[in-house]
Amino acid sequence: MIPLPFYLLLAAALFCIGLFGALARRNAIAILMGIELMLNAVNINLIAFWRYIQPAAPTWDLAGQIFALFVITLAAAEAAIALALVIAIYRSRDTVNVEEVDLMKW
Amino acid sequence: MSTDLVLTYVGFFMMGAIALIGAVLAVSQRNILRAALGLIVSFIGVAGIYFVLEAEFVGVVQILIYVGAITILILFAIMLTRGLMQGTTSGHNSQWLAAALLAMLLFAALALVALGTNWNVAATRVSSDLIPKIGAELMTTYVLPFEAVSLLLLAALVGAIVIARE
Repeated sequence: MIPLPFYLLLAAALFCIGLFGALARRNAIAILMGIELMLNAVNINLIAFWRYIQPAAPTWDLAGQIFALFVITLAAAEAAIALALVIAIYRSRDTVNVEEVDLMKW
Repeated sequence: MSTDLVLTYVGFFMMGAIALIGAVLAVSQRNILRAALGLIVSFIGVAGIYFVLEAEFVGVVQILIYVGAITILILFAIMLTRGLMQGTTSGHNSQWLAAALLAMLLFAALALVALGTNWNVAATRVSSDLIPKIGAELMTTYVLPFEAVSLLLLAALVGAIVIARE
């Protein structure tokens, strides 16, 4: 089998790219895309740990896979709410640039 | 090296490269539509990694939910909120250098931990009939979180409609 750190390094790289996207982008939708990338990186970690560190048959612990499935579900809910918020902001402010949405700044 | 191992390596590096290239496109492209297309490529690469890890069910769910639903949602949101891309402003804000530095530092820290820890790896084979077991586990051991998540999805659905309504 491939050494486990290969997967961990890939997930770390993906997470850091997503973090950069979430911190550095101007467009609210692009920030959301960065967050989705980070969630994906975490899922790779969950599945890799499930595959490499698991009790053998016949007990087959599937916690890692089921956690990943829950994370995917939550990501879907989060994307739906976030995009609805973006559309609502666009309606009232006519922009999705997070630097121009400063109603609560003083 | 056995052919199996070689194939696993080939699959890992191919899918990992696809995931990383797509992710870099998604955070670097100024045109938000192109960034979304890069995101799709990245999601497909991650699904490939799940297949390499022999978690086929999660891989298929990844393609259905992420590639099929979430990116379509993102594309719709982009189409509904046009106007930012036409200007001469860059896609990144003024703190992008600090953000890049922070991301690199975090990657260095994570890499140190990933390479420096002695992972207690058990090299077991995965049996081929785990998918029915996922369904059974969701209905027995994980039935409470399962129901909670379905309630959350309903709340998110209603909330999204209420927020986005004119």
